[in-house]
Amino acid sequence: MRGLWLGIALVVLFAGAALVSFFWVPYDIAQLKIAEKLQGPSWAHWLGTDHFGRDILSMIMLGARTSIAVALVAVGIGMGFGVPLGLLAAARRGGWIDELVMRGNDLIFAFPSLLIAILITAIFGASAVNAIVAIGIFNIPVFARLVRGGALGLWARDYILSARVAGKGQARISVEHILPNLANLLIVQGTIQFSLGILAEAGLSYVGLGAQPPVPSWGRMLADSQTMISFAPHLALFPGMAILLTVLGLNLLGDGLRDVMDPRVRRGAR
Amino acid sequence: MVERGRMGRFLIRRIFGVVVALVVASGVIFLCLEIVPGDPAAYMLGVNARPDTLAALRAELGLDGTALQRYLSWVSGMLRGDFGVSYTYRTPVSGMIYDRMWVSLPLALYALGLSVIIAFPAGIFAASRRGSAGDLGVMGVTQLGVAVPNFWFAMLMVVLFAIKLRWFPAGGFAGWDKGFWAGMKSLTLPAVALALPQASILTRVMRSALLDVLGEDFIRTARAKGGSRGRVLWAHGLRNALIPVLTIIGLQFSFLLAGGIIIENVFYLPGLGRLVFQAISSRDLIVVESVVMLLVFAVIAVNFAVDLAYGLVDPRLRGRR
Repeated sequence: MRGLWLGIALVVLFAGAALVSFFWVPYDIAQLKIAEKLQGPSWAHWLGTDHFGRDILSMIMLGARTSIAVALVAVGIGMGFGVPLGLLAAARRGGWIDELVMRGNDLIFAFPSLLIAILITAIFGASAVNAIVAIGIFNIPVFARLVRGGALGLWARDYILSARVAGKGQARISVEHILPNLANLLIVQGTIQFSLGILAEAGLSYVGLGAQPPVPSWGRMLADSQTMISFAPHLALFPGMAILLTVLGLNLLGDGLRDVMDPRVRRGAR
Repeated sequence: MVERGRMGRFLIRRIFGVVVALVVASGVIFLCLEIVPGDPAAYMLGVNARPDTLAALRAELGLDGTALQRYLSWVSGMLRGDFGVSYTYRTPVSGMIYDRMWVSLPLALYALGLSVIIAFPAGIFAASRRGSAGDLGVMGVTQLGVAVPNFWFAMLMVVLFAIKLRWFPAGGFAGWDKGFWAGMKSLTLPAVALALPQASILTRVMRSALLDVLGEDFIRTARAKGGSRGRVLWAHGLRNALIPVLTIIGLQFSFLLAGGIIIENVFYLPGLGRLVFQAISSRDLIVVESVVMLLVFAVIAVNFAVDLAYGLVDPRLRGRR
């Protein structure tokens, strides 16, 4: 339970920072103040300033927006395509649609997500949108498998049989009876994919395949800090901490939700 | 004899699956690069190229002919180990890949080795002392290990071990001709950075697989027959917990090969990852295409090997899909 509350606190902290950044940040990062460059943490600049004199705290708040937006939309893509495919595959179990969906999933799994991202950026160029698509594509089979597996178990239940006897079609049963029963699974998996999305976005923008300047992103702040790491380590420390704490928070939240929603999971077993 | 027929059918099914996956994957990669606008030959020669030189270069690079002809020549070339000629460097891609493999492959294997060496004892320790302070400590560390971006962890290690303590080089690759240890020394920090999240995941899998097995009836029977805790854990628990662990190790190898792409950039290692990024920035698409195909091939091959290993470890799985 303590894990769940810590997770909620961390997620609220960073989601809050991202929301607040729409209205207010401590300093305008479009203004470069070379005179104030590379300062350590102080009362004026809580997390210090970078090589252009920009306030690190402000950049981290704005970066939270990018990370969360990319990961959230990527999860949305994964659910948007994966859930219907999984429901369809389960409804037509053993049929050619099922076979096609599952083999397609296997194929996507054979491409490590980073490779998909590299292919996409090699073709369409680097941008936050392409990073979203790359991460999102990899989320599709995750949700399709999860939903298919869960739905297959439900189709055998008596109340589904009653619904069929009552004359409901496969599509209606899938939406009205199967999907609501999978909501818990989807919320937990969604949280986990969200945290993986944040990590993936950070990695992609670190190697220059994610959000492009001037959009602030945690990954690129780390890339920029690398050449100055020997004399200004705080530049690398804070964005990394932001990624670590956000991902940690989401993971704790996911684990905690699973324990709360499924009492059968033995405490501390996993 | 029945047993043999089942194993044979299992093998044929799997091999057929691998071939289909390779054909579809190569088709997808080829089509992806097919829709890229621009003509590599025109790009190489610049705007003032004469039409006949352009045509000659296109022929030399194998760019004329229909898409199907080019696809077939690409695939048949790869089967013979010929990946074509780099648009930028005009040297065979296979040679470039071969050189870089000697960095990327040892790095992935080194990281996999570290991951296993860390995860097995840690997972077994945590499972055997479930609920203790030691277990909670191990689980807490793995929770952090999964959440740390590995390239950031790599940067922190560079600050500590390369800049402050000067134990390891901050980047670059010494080369295997300087001796095995010099090479390993340049790969150590990258391998540790790559291994950290994987070791954390593997520790958790090892622990939960062991706990699942230790709850089974046959473990209680073994204990009732007088087997000590330790003996039952090693002789019965570990062996049966190996199947999920094996799956994850197989998956991890492909993550390590691909994940190496980012870590290689942190340490300026001349591996496949650096090659891909240089190729992307110079629009050398044939190199991108070949490296991606090679990595996908590696992933499919490793998964196939893991499948076979299951069949050998657990006869019950042979009949299943």
